[in-house]
Amino acid sequence: MFDSFLLESIINGLLLGGVLALLALGLNLVFGVIDVVWICYAELVMVGMYAIFFLYVYYEVPLPGAITAAVLGVALLGVILHRFVIEPVLGTAPINQLLVTGGVLFFLQAAATLAFGIEFRNIGIRMPVVEFGDMFFSFARILAFATALVGVLLLWLFLTRTYLGTAIRAISQDREIMPLMGVDPRRIYLITSAIGGGMAGVAASLLVLQYDVHPAIGLSFGPITFMVCVMGGLGNMLGGFVAAFIFAQFISVGGYLFQIEWGYVIAFCFFIAMMFIRPKGLFSR
Amino acid sequence: MLEVKGVSAGYGSFRALFDVSLEVRAGEAVGVIGPNGAGKTTLLRVISKIISPTAGTVVMEGQDLSRVPAHRVVEMGIAHVPEHRRLFPRLTVEENLRMGAFHPEARRRFAERLDFVYELFPRMKERRLQMAGTMSGGEQQMCAIGRGLMSGPKLLLMDEPSAGLAPVIVQQVFELVKRIRAEGYTVLIVEQNIHQVLQVVDRAYLLEVGTIKQSGASADLLASPEIRRAYLGL
Repeated sequence: MFDSFLLESIINGLLLGGVLALLALGLNLVFGVIDVVWICYAELVMVGMYAIFFLYVYYEVPLPGAITAAVLGVALLGVILHRFVIEPVLGTAPINQLLVTGGVLFFLQAAATLAFGIEFRNIGIRMPVVEFGDMFFSFARILAFATALVGVLLLWLFLTRTYLGTAIRAISQDREIMPLMGVDPRRIYLITSAIGGGMAGVAASLLVLQYDVHPAIGLSFGPITFMVCVMGGLGNMLGGFVAAFIFAQFISVGGYLFQIEWGYVIAFCFFIAMMFIRPKGLFSR
Repeated sequence: MLEVKGVSAGYGSFRALFDVSLEVRAGEAVGVIGPNGAGKTTLLRVISKIISPTAGTVVMEGQDLSRVPAHRVVEMGIAHVPEHRRLFPRLTVEENLRMGAFHPEARRRFAERLDFVYELFPRMKERRLQMAGTMSGGEQQMCAIGRGLMSGPKLLLMDEPSAGLAPVIVQQVFELVKRIRAEGYTVLIVEQNIHQVLQVVDRAYLLEVGTIKQSGASADLLASPEIRRAYLGL
C-alpha cells in the first residue's frame, strides 16, 4: 500500500535537511579554516532574524532590502567577533576560544532579552502551502531548501574556483607558510569570518519566514547544528552536508512514525551511536 | 641583489644566528652549507620574514625589508621553497601552483607561467589534478619549486631540497637545480648535502653554530682541508 504520509514526511525531512545543511556550512567553514568553534553561531542567526523583523515590520523596509541588510550586518558581526573576541585568544589553549564564544552566546541572549523583551515576534508574512497530490508542503521550507542548495553551490564554486577560495582551503592545511605565498593570514581569517557570518545571515532570513523570533531561539536549533557538524566531522563541509540530511530524516520520519518528540530522541540516539562508531565523523580519513 | 647585513635571530631565548652577513649578486647561485642545527633554515626564514631578526638588516635590490610585511616579500621578487617542501597536501598540483601566483601581478601572468612550469616539469602537467600529498617526494619537490617559480621571482630561496629523499632522487633534484640556474634564476640554496651542492653553486658560505666560518668559490671550498675533513670525510 502506498503511504503518501510517509512520502510527505520524507520530503519534509529533505527540505529540513537543506536548512540544517546551510546552518552547518557556516560553522564548518569557520572551524575548518580558523580552527575555532563559534559556540554563539545560532545567536548570530538570532541577531539576523531580529534585524529582518525590525527592518521589515517597524521601518517598513521591503523584505529583499531587509534581508540584504541583515546578511551584510551579520557578516560584519562575524568580522567583529573574530577581530575583537577571537583574535586576542588565537594561539592560546583551545578552551579559551570556547569560553569566549560561549560568553558571546550569553551576552547576545541577554542583550536581546533586555533590548527586545521575551515576547515571540513574527514578521507576519503568510507563506502559501503547496499541495501536491494529497501531500502538503510549506512554501517557506521549499524556498529555504532551494536557497540552501544555491548557497552551498556558490560557496563550493568560490572555494574551488577563485584565488581567495583556494587560499581559504590552503590556510587550514598549512598556516605558517601562507605569507610565502603572498597571503596575509589575518586577512583570510577576517574574510572567512565574514562569509561564516553571512551564512548565518542567510539562514536567519530563511528561518524568520518559518519561526517566531525570541531571545532564546538559538537554543532550539544551535545544538542540532553542532551535532550535525560533529557527526559530519567538524570542519568537513561535505560530511556536514550529508549529516544534515540524515539527521533531518530521523527527525521527520521518526516524528511521523512515532511522535514529533520521538523523532528528536531517535536522532540523538543515532548521533550518540555514531560518536562511538565513527568518533571523527562520517567521512573521517 | 640581496644583502644580509649583521643579522642575529633566534626563537625565544635561543639564539640561532649571530651577526651573519652575506651577499647574493644577480645571476649567481650561492650555497649556504653546514651541519644540522647551524642556523641555515633560520637564515632563510629571516630573509622571507617568517621570523624577524633581533639585529641587522636584509636588503633586496636596495630596499630594506624590515618595513615590508611578510606577505609582501614575495612581491619584491623573493620566492621561498621551504624545508620539507610544505605543499598543501589536500590541494591538487595545479591548485598548489595557483597559490604560488597569489599576488596580483602574478595572477595576471598565471597562464603564461603555468605553461612555463609545465614545460619545465612535464610530470607536473600529467599530475595536475592529483592531490599534492599523494605524490612521491621527488615529484613533490618539483611541485614545490614550480610553486615558487609561479610568483615570477628574481631570487629563489631553496631550503634543503634534497632532504628526506632517496639517494637516486637526490641526484635528480640537483639536476633540477641546475636547470633552474640555466633558466637564469638567481638562487640561494641551503644544504647539508655539501658535496653535491658545491657542484651546482658558484660559491658558498659555511655556517656553523650560527656564524659564518668560511666562504668562497665552490672549487676552493671543495679543496679546503677543514671542509674535506669535517664534512666530506676525506
